[in-house]
Amino acid sequence: MLIDHPLLGLRDAAEFVYLGDAALLNRPDASSADALDSFHDYLHLRDNVAGEHRELWYHEQGDRSWLVITRNTLTHAITAVELARDVAMNLREGANS
Amino acid sequence: MSDRLALPGSHRIGHGLLSSEQSLTFTFNGRPYRAMAGDTLASALLANGQQLVGRSFKYHRPRGIFTAGSEEPNALVELGTGAYREPNTRATMVELFDGIQASSQNHKGPLSFDVMAINDRLSSFLSAGFYYKTFMWPKAFWEKLYEPVIRAAAGLGSLSGEPDPETYDKGFLHCDVLIIGAGAAGLSAALSAGRAGQRVIIADEDFLPGGRLNMETFIVDGLTGAQWAANAVAELRAMPRVRFMTRTTVYGCYDHGIYGALERRTDHLADKPAGARQVLWRIYSKHAILAAGATERSIAFGDNDRPGIMLAGSVRAYVNRFGVSPGRQTAVFTNNDDGWRTAMDLVQAGASVSAVIDSRNIPAPFPVPGAQIFMGSFVTGTQGRLGLHSITLSSGQTVYCDCLAVTGGWSPNVHLTCHQRGRPVWREDIAAFVPGQDLPGNMHVAGAANGSMTLTQALTSGHAVATHVLKELGATTAPASSAPQADEEHSGISALWQVPDCQGRSWVDLQNDVTTKDIALSFQEGFRSVEHLKRYTTLGMATDQGKTSNVLGLGVMASLNGKSIEQTGTTIFRPPYTPVPIGAFAGRSRGKHFRPTRLTPSHQWAESHGATFVETGMWMRAQWYAKSGETHWRQSVDREVTQTRSSVGICDVTTLGKIDIQGADAGAFLDKVYANMFSTLAVGKVRYGLMLREDGFVMDDGTTARLGDRHFVMTTTTANAVSVFRHLEFCRQCLWPELDVHLISATEQWAQFAVAGPNARRLLENIVDAPFDISNEAFPFMACAELSVCQGKPARLFRISFSGELAYEVAVPARYGNALMAALMKAGEAFGAAPYGTEALGVMRIEKGHAAGNELNGQTTAANLGLGRMVSQKKDCIGAVLSRRSQMNKDNAIELVGFIPEDASVSLRAGAHFIDRDAEATLDNDQGWMTSVAFSPDRNSSIGLGFIENGSQRIGETVVAADPLRNEFIPVKIVSPHFVDPDGERLRG
Amino acid sequence: MRYSAFQVLKQGLTGNKGWQRAWREPDPQQHYDVVIVGGGGHGLATAHYLAKEHGITNVAVLEKGWIGSGNVGRNTTIIRSNYLLPGNEPFYELSMKLWEGLEQDVNYNAMVSQRGIVNLYHSDAQRDAYARRGNAMHMAGADATLLDESGVRQLCPFLDFDNARFPIKGGLHQPRAGTVRHDAVAWGYARSADSRGVDIIQNCEVTGMMIENGRCKGVDTTRGRITANKVAVCVAGSSGKVMALAGLRLPIESHVLQAFVSEGLKPVIPGVVTFGAGHFYISQSDKGGLVFGGDIDGYNSYAKRGNLPVVEDVCEGGMAIMPMIGRARLLRMWGGIMDMSMDGSPYIDKTAVPGLYFNGGWCYGGFKATPASGWCYAHLLATDQPHDTATAFQLERFRHGAVIDERGAGAQPNLH
Repeated sequence: MLIDHPLLGLRDAAEFVYLGDAALLNRPDASSADALDSFHDYLHLRDNVAGEHRELWYHEQGDRSWLVITRNTLTHAITAVELARDVAMNLREGANS
Repeated sequence: MSDRLALPGSHRIGHGLLSSEQSLTFTFNGRPYRAMAGDTLASALLANGQQLVGRSFKYHRPRGIFTAGSEEPNALVELGTGAYREPNTRATMVELFDGIQASSQNHKGPLSFDVMAINDRLSSFLSAGFYYKTFMWPKAFWEKLYEPVIRAAAGLGSLSGEPDPETYDKGFLHCDVLIIGAGAAGLSAALSAGRAGQRVIIADEDFLPGGRLNMETFIVDGLTGAQWAANAVAELRAMPRVRFMTRTTVYGCYDHGIYGALERRTDHLADKPAGARQVLWRIYSKHAILAAGATERSIAFGDNDRPGIMLAGSVRAYVNRFGVSPGRQTAVFTNNDDGWRTAMDLVQAGASVSAVIDSRNIPAPFPVPGAQIFMGSFVTGTQGRLGLHSITLSSGQTVYCDCLAVTGGWSPNVHLTCHQRGRPVWREDIAAFVPGQDLPGNMHVAGAANGSMTLTQALTSGHAVATHVLKELGATTAPASSAPQADEEHSGISALWQVPDCQGRSWVDLQNDVTTKDIALSFQEGFRSVEHLKRYTTLGMATDQGKTSNVLGLGVMASLNGKSIEQTGTTIFRPPYTPVPIGAFAGRSRGKHFRPTRLTPSHQWAESHGATFVETGMWMRAQWYAKSGETHWRQSVDREVTQTRSSVGICDVTTLGKIDIQGADAGAFLDKVYANMFSTLAVGKVRYGLMLREDGFVMDDGTTARLGDRHFVMTTTTANAVSVFRHLEFCRQCLWPELDVHLISATEQWAQFAVAGPNARRLLENIVDAPFDISNEAFPFMACAELSVCQGKPARLFRISFSGELAYEVAVPARYGNALMAALMKAGEAFGAAPYGTEALGVMRIEKGHAAGNELNGQTTAANLGLGRMVSQKKDCIGAVLSRRSQMNKDNAIELVGFIPEDASVSLRAGAHFIDRDAEATLDNDQGWMTSVAFSPDRNSSIGLGFIENGSQRIGETVVAADPLRNEFIPVKIVSPHFVDPDGERLRG
Repeated sequence: MRYSAFQVLKQGLTGNKGWQRAWREPDPQQHYDVVIVGGGGHGLATAHYLAKEHGITNVAVLEKGWIGSGNVGRNTTIIRSNYLLPGNEPFYELSMKLWEGLEQDVNYNAMVSQRGIVNLYHSDAQRDAYARRGNAMHMAGADATLLDESGVRQLCPFLDFDNARFPIKGGLHQPRAGTVRHDAVAWGYARSADSRGVDIIQNCEVTGMMIENGRCKGVDTTRGRITANKVAVCVAGSSGKVMALAGLRLPIESHVLQAFVSEGLKPVIPGVVTFGAGHFYISQSDKGGLVFGGDIDGYNSYAKRGNLPVVEDVCEGGMAIMPMIGRARLLRMWGGIMDMSMDGSPYIDKTAVPGLYFNGGWCYGGFKATPASGWCYAHLLATDQPHDTATAFQLERFRHGAVIDERGAGAQPNLH
């Protein structure tokens, strides 16, 4: 596979390490009353979609960026690549606004 | 005529496209033969009248050369000798060179008298799937009797059993257009793309590009097909942006336009040049044009497997390209117009054709001088023992021939279009599957591979597809670009799969001996889906993966089902298109080069001082340093421990991961990734840190030093250096992007040495530059500083101890590492300093009860390790919440404690499980296990660390370390894990 | 019809005309006691044991394609019970014992071949970990021996003992492990279940779950609605897709695992060899093909095909320990979809929806588990109680922290 890195252009997927669903960006609030349940769900339950999947990849053999990649799990077609940090910052701003 | 007789081989009727000047010799089953340069092993064998070349897999039927290409099911030979032996090699793809040695395979006794042919007589008991129905009684006999007999008959060729002596390379190529196949369509497409200035790669599996153009008698643009192809190749080779690759098979299509290709670099050379035998290419293409042509298929009729029965197009290949007539009297059996060209080409070349049998009830489409013509007729049976003698027609008439050219039509080579799960679709007009709509991204198909079966169509479609690709690339077509011109030929076909009412068995898969009866039985027993058919009968599972047999088998199944071929479906095409040596996929990554080897900065010093090295992940670390007179590793290790504990020892600990952490929020960041608090750490101090995974189990541990207000240096374990860094970047970028913190891995930038023992400070005083004060008062336990050593070399000093002794770790830029090791040892001479390796390191950490890899195995919690109180309850951190789950905090949880044998002379073993005295070694009685053991010179006894239920509450209790695996049951006493200096006085001293 | 040597002889003499269908091809009825979703090895085994051990025969197995088309038909055929943790080892040992009697039980020769498996170790720490495991195996009633280098040399003289990057120091050997002809497992269970009255319905895809008042009452399929007292899902790589029909999210990710087979060769490798340091394992089939594999590709996928980096990685592992296979040719590579769980261990459990049961999360270890999985799932379906050897395989175990993490890799499926 090829990943169109937002900073570096097309890179072989073999340079990257895969983590999983981009929902892992949404770490729950540890101080909430139901933290045990929300952390359980956050860490263990997956939508595991057959289709467009937003997922986290790390450019280990490259610039060490974490990326959020939108990839179809049926065809492996990649339709979007974003810097995870940007996505995470947007999530924070969304949560704060 | 005299000219012809001069050519080697009694079946040579000309020289085709070969150069008649160079004559070669080769051996087959030890017998020498002559051949011509440009021959394949198959053409050379046929030229010498050697039709019989092998035996089939199951029934050991005599088999001859069936095709002229990579689809060959029969003519598999072992090539070469000794470690170079290459089993299952297609004779049709072996480019002959002088001195080649080939031998037939899968027979007991001589090829012409294979005793295993008895299987053929028993064939009615060996029908499809028979082995699923028997060999079950008595139960024990399967492994002892039945299976060994079956296994002895397994396989075709054999490996040498020796390491592959040759090397393989891997390479990466990039192009605008990859063209797969250099036949009419591929060359036509390549000319269009190449003339437009695009970066083109064109690859063909053959050593002579041109595909069918070299095997037919067509005229293109007024030239013979072969000449036109040669001109096209020459033009393409002259283009700077075109890479022309012959002997290169594009074997697989992968995601995002990546193709795998195998280039055979030296297999065809008698004198092998230096370098790789084959190169495995990964080709990154913007577009790909599949122009892989088509493969001919046979027809099922009685005893259609005898040597001498060949595909009609292959007979033409031998006549036109190699100047060989496989038979003296050839008959042709066809269901299409194409088969007639075989008869005409043979006659044209001066060979004799005895008959043309056409299944279609139409007027004979062509005249064939000298041949009997049978329209609306079938071949129903054949005769001959080791070769063909005659055939029987549906009329009952016998026709004498020693070669029967058969064609059931052509199947487009759609394989690569299906590698990403595309499904081909059936076209009734050409009785063949063609690529479906769901092609891999940016793949285009041209020529016969796309069902454009005639030459004109192939040339035109190659041009048209290339033009389309150029448009997609935004390139301009070369001026006056047009497709090459050829005459249109007849191409009528009427599908015929199976001749009715045959004598004997009708073969479908020649290599795996699958007959129409097997398919019928499979149907009868309910194995009707194509995948069940394949798996039950083994149809299409041989080394040719059914290239000549799959569609025929589907046709037979469809007629049994009463369904169309379309409804019957196909099995899935998987890579590789043709088999690829495992060695090629591995490339240079074998032996010592399997993985990179990382050397520590003091490796050179260690090597010259008697170190024995051990693999620690990718690293090579000194395990111990044997001194002269030491004959057992324990002697060296015990000495190193004793010297360290009594004076001073030095150990290279560079392999620990080092991560530089800087930024205004560095402390806050560490609070989130460590279970314990770091933001409160004073500058100039070090703290032990415990890191959890988000699931609350222990991930890693190490020390982190605060060098400045905004600057920390973290160490990780050697094993987790990479994964911890990745995890920290995840935390930084994905979880807490708002923090001002940056990370960089500095593992390789700093060489680091532990200097441990009561004389450590005195030694270092000779290394650390004045005026830095490392006295206990000025530089106490857990202090750190940036300073200089050895007259101005920048360094970092940490007062930390893994051994439990007064100890430091000193770090310098990696380039000074080897020199620092020497300097430390020199400064230590006065104290009898010893270098120590990983074994002594391990002994001393076990003596101190420090957890390492065996304890930090990803299955243990902080509480298990006795570090539960380190998990701060004041703050959130990775793993804090889930570490509170009930089952991770249950009452009888395992805890890390020490163990000593009741009998001090007994050695403990890691991996033993703890059970109560007098208890049986069963799972129910299992209370934990021994994680690490060592011989403690300090205690003069074997000691161990281990996890046992409620361990900390059971100090003094005796249990049994049960090791049924090694049949040892050792009573051990539970003790504190701190065997040496439990109060930690030494390290603070 | 009973299969036997006599039958083969008799049929052979009469033109093989008398062989009957291995299983019927019934149309689905409107209602069953139990509907098993998924006609793979585990589903068919469940049907067999439900019928044979519990007398529950009003059962349908629904398969969206052809039976055995999933992982049971595309694995590397290894069976073993060399597990470490108490949650796992008794279950896999039960499986091994069931394998040992399988052929007589189902009257089908699946060629259970106990050729042994050896897991190589290359360091003292790996040896210690294998010793811990080997002892756990003994304590659960399984067999294991710890070999040193010379022991491995004796067993597998063809390995690279002299020039390896990671020298072979020994191995954990389980002699009772081995290989089984994978397709025959599906066919044998299917034929046996069918003969006891189970309806095996191919080309029948489940498209919806009938959930009424919070209870699962049946399934909607491409061949109509089928009601059932109990719906038992058993669909491996499709677990996420099928359970989503019931609105459930699972602790599972679907990943692709590739496997490989070489051209047929005369026997050279007697048993199963695994090379953990290089992510490579290999055996040789009774037909002569070298069957081998390694790691999953590592990214979520339902595509049943992988990519080149893993192919190369696996072959590198192979050449690193047995350089004699360099000139053997890779004939075919394929991919299967693995239901990777959060701790590498499976689930056999009720779900939050009464009437709906789940079996999955087998990662890439499902084949060897087939008999015990069927046995324990049938037990759960018949009694509503987990089988003694499968009590740990709960869907909710992560909520309590009762993980069964053999590798200690944590809640990241692609590391297991």
